[in-house]
Amino acid sequence: MRSGLKSIAQLIALVTLAGCGRPVAAESPTTEAVASAQQPPQAAQEPALVDRGRYLTEAADCAACHTDPRSGKPFAGGRPIQTPFGTVVAANITPDRKTGIGTWSDKQFDDAVRHGRMPDGMLYPAMPYPYYTRMSRDDVLAIRAYLRTLTPVENAVHSNQLPFPFSIRAMMHVWDGLYFNDKPYAPDPSKSALWNRGAYLVQGAGHCGACHTPKNFLGGDKARQAFQGYTLQGWFAPNITNDEARGLGKWSVEDIASYLKTGHNRLAAASGMMGEEVALASSRMTDPDLQAIATYLKDQPGQSPPNAAPVNAMSMKAGKAIYEDLCSACHAPDGRGVPYLIPNLAESSSVASRDDTSIVRVVVHGSESVATDKEPTGPAMPAFGWQLNDDQIAAVATYIRNSWGHAASPVTAAEVSKARKP
Amino acid sequence: MANPLPHRDAVIIGLGWTGSILAYELADAGLDVIAIERGPWRNSATDYAPNYAQDELRYRIRHELFLRPAQTTFTFRNKMSETALPIRNWGSFMPPNGVGGGGVHWNGETWRFLPSDFILRTHLTKRYGARFLPHDMTIQDWGVTYQELEPHYDRFEYLCGTSGTAGNLQGQIRDGGNPFEGPRSREYPNPAQPQPFSHTLFAKAARELGYKPFPQPSGNMSRAYENPLGVRLGPCTYCGFCEWFGCANYSKSSPQTTILPALVRKRNFQARDNCEVTRINLDPSGKRATGVTFVDQSGTEWEQPADLVVLCAYTIFNVQLLMLSNIGQRYDPESNQGVIGRNFSHQTISDVTSFFDRTKFTFNPFISSGAIGMCIDEFNGDNFDHGPHGFVGGGYMGQVQTNGRPIETTPVPPGTPAWGAQWKQAVRDNYQCATKPGTGVHGSMYSYRDVYLDLDPTYRDRFGRPLVRITMDFHDNEIRQNRFLTDKFAEIFKAMGALQTVKEYRKAPYDATKYQTTHLCGGAIMGSDPRTSALNRYLQSWDVPNLFVMGASAFPQNAGYNPTGTVAALAYWSAQAIRSQYLQNPGPLVHA
Repeated sequence: MRSGLKSIAQLIALVTLAGCGRPVAAESPTTEAVASAQQPPQAAQEPALVDRGRYLTEAADCAACHTDPRSGKPFAGGRPIQTPFGTVVAANITPDRKTGIGTWSDKQFDDAVRHGRMPDGMLYPAMPYPYYTRMSRDDVLAIRAYLRTLTPVENAVHSNQLPFPFSIRAMMHVWDGLYFNDKPYAPDPSKSALWNRGAYLVQGAGHCGACHTPKNFLGGDKARQAFQGYTLQGWFAPNITNDEARGLGKWSVEDIASYLKTGHNRLAAASGMMGEEVALASSRMTDPDLQAIATYLKDQPGQSPPNAAPVNAMSMKAGKAIYEDLCSACHAPDGRGVPYLIPNLAESSSVASRDDTSIVRVVVHGSESVATDKEPTGPAMPAFGWQLNDDQIAAVATYIRNSWGHAASPVTAAEVSKARKP
Repeated sequence: MANPLPHRDAVIIGLGWTGSILAYELADAGLDVIAIERGPWRNSATDYAPNYAQDELRYRIRHELFLRPAQTTFTFRNKMSETALPIRNWGSFMPPNGVGGGGVHWNGETWRFLPSDFILRTHLTKRYGARFLPHDMTIQDWGVTYQELEPHYDRFEYLCGTSGTAGNLQGQIRDGGNPFEGPRSREYPNPAQPQPFSHTLFAKAARELGYKPFPQPSGNMSRAYENPLGVRLGPCTYCGFCEWFGCANYSKSSPQTTILPALVRKRNFQARDNCEVTRINLDPSGKRATGVTFVDQSGTEWEQPADLVVLCAYTIFNVQLLMLSNIGQRYDPESNQGVIGRNFSHQTISDVTSFFDRTKFTFNPFISSGAIGMCIDEFNGDNFDHGPHGFVGGGYMGQVQTNGRPIETTPVPPGTPAWGAQWKQAVRDNYQCATKPGTGVHGSMYSYRDVYLDLDPTYRDRFGRPLVRITMDFHDNEIRQNRFLTDKFAEIFKAMGALQTVKEYRKAPYDATKYQTTHLCGGAIMGSDPRTSALNRYLQSWDVPNLFVMGASAFPQNAGYNPTGTVAALAYWSAQAIRSQYLQNPGPLVHA
């Protein structure tokens, strides 16, 4: 019994972190005030509505899960989301009447996107309805209007491939009761319109917290640590609060907006899951919306606990030698890299984050940054896993995490060894 | 019968520098473009990552980035009376392979030719009289002038982020630059690279001898750069692994670091790698190309129809494909008729190795970049009076040492045993205090009636097609030019304080086993007269107007510089003509 409960909790936690969870919202006039365009609902084929829907579909990054890059058929589903509990496969959301959502009413669509309720049961929060719930009904129906214009693709998807007992969708009633705050975004009148627009996007369509907010043991958001960083799928999604040492404190609003628009700024480059997010979603958003997101994030306090821990002097010495030999050619001897090309390690808060998953992963496996229309270069970091042993990678990562004013826990050889495994 | 593919507006054969430039320009003009490349796709970070790219054995000795002779090769002979034999190991030049072509493994020297180089026959005849030229020298004017190419040189340099010091800014001669260069419309996009110790001393000695030394224009970045396409390069780290190697520090201008990232984002561009074009297809009139036939890795033959064909392969393979496709009349040296294969040339290179007092000089030769160097141009082109010397042509010379790599950088004084303890001791003693510029004298090679390309009568490639045959030797004019230049070069090293200078003159016969740059030129040359040129001034085939042929194969003769800047300027010049004239009214751009 005990172990069964634990498994269920793990399943939920895993499914949440594997996907893109997002909150749902109920409508109110004030919510509509910060929603995209404030137009009244229009006919489904109204071009402006469809355009707005396409924009929101991209902003909500629906394609990340619902388009399987292997099939090349937009929104026909079939992209598997691997979890240690099993696989959840994203649904076909084209207007196909048999295998897609062609027969759904607007209400059914809204119920699914914002409330996690399907005609035949509950959604798993791999579908980020806990975030989408913050969106306005009009915005969700705009998405619906856009999806209706897609070419219907017949592609039957068996979404729930989880083994028993995780396959019991009814479990989600319990989870929703605990962690699902089924409310639309409520604007904060003490903040600017820009701030509120940013909050609406971050909490709703953008579902940033799905990756960047720490989760409790059941996979629910730790609301009081919102945006302070979380580890999932072999990456640490870093702290995106305004925290000076761990978050975006050194980034200006323009730095954040540039990063989201182009994947690059004077300090950092997006790769891995964030690279995908930039390519599919934020690079396609308008500059005012990205300014709004940046404004909101810069106002998130986020005092994360200090990382400092004793660091072995020998390890630092070895790390320094390796850094100078192998890293300094690109990242520069002073760790400052090359703006928009090679990330600045000296001023990077994420290399010194409390969790070293990303830095270890990037050194072991390498990583290619995203290429966008504005920053087409897409430079890459080579893999060093074949060249350096576990101790050497631990030493150089420890050195980077504790140089140029950084103070962070040392990296162990065991962590490197673990990161080598697929 | 080859499998037909959907029609395209334009097909590009070869995706190196010129293929990338033309593909970008034509896609930018809205055409549906496909590029077909014989070799593999190459990506900076994954194909030559900086943590293994510095491998002299793999790349320099074993030719990792070059064509495999098993894919195709060529045959060689010095004289028309000899039987050519196939080359089985690259020697005097390195045929490139793969996306980026020679632009991946070049050093980055980004020169412009002299204004007089483009009107060579007219200029020399006017100054010295027609009888001053050897009777069998077939040099020609290009049909295009420096002034016409200037904006296109400029465009390429800004694409590349070339590092240099202007010597002639809009007609004004400037200290520190090359005073002999043609007027440039603006400064280089980046300042010159700082120079290593021996290069700096060479410049000082040259200045004291009355010359005007200047930094070699370099495709290695002196600082971070964003080019007009939004593609970014990083500062060079002076690792000394440049020529023969790819640069994954994003510090050497190459198609990968300047143009391909923007090109691959264009939805109307597509590339096929590991596919070799075997023929340009013509309609029954023989006056119009209908597309190309290519073979993929599995051996399957495909036909790619297109309205416009742009041939962008390496010099000798451009010429070979024209011959195999029966485009243009083949050159016959006996009758001096025909155009395809004529005016083939290379470069006249020599070196001076100098030994210095090791208690006084520590050069650290490993601190270097591909196009580093301090040069003088007093003896290039017609920058000096050839009257007293009895030869024409010339070249730049300079301390352009690009590396101190361990396998090749073992200069020892003459008389040292070739192996054993004494050799090792001599290498140890001299590594830090010898200079070995490599291609220190970079002389021109002019064209001659008996230096040409045709198809080999005996040897065939893996598809059963005849190999291209090179017939080439040095002529007396180039040998004398080289002796004069090499002596001048050695004088500067003596003035620099060398204890001993060892001159390695270029001698006949031309040796196909010794590296002499990859600058093969000519064979499908541009000009004003269809009887003596394959292409008009816009690089358009006289015979097949919907075929354009890029590259150094268009050079009527080679100048005393590295060719890439001129190759690229011609590509932009041609692209502009296609975009602004040809596409509106497809047909011959010049009526002869």
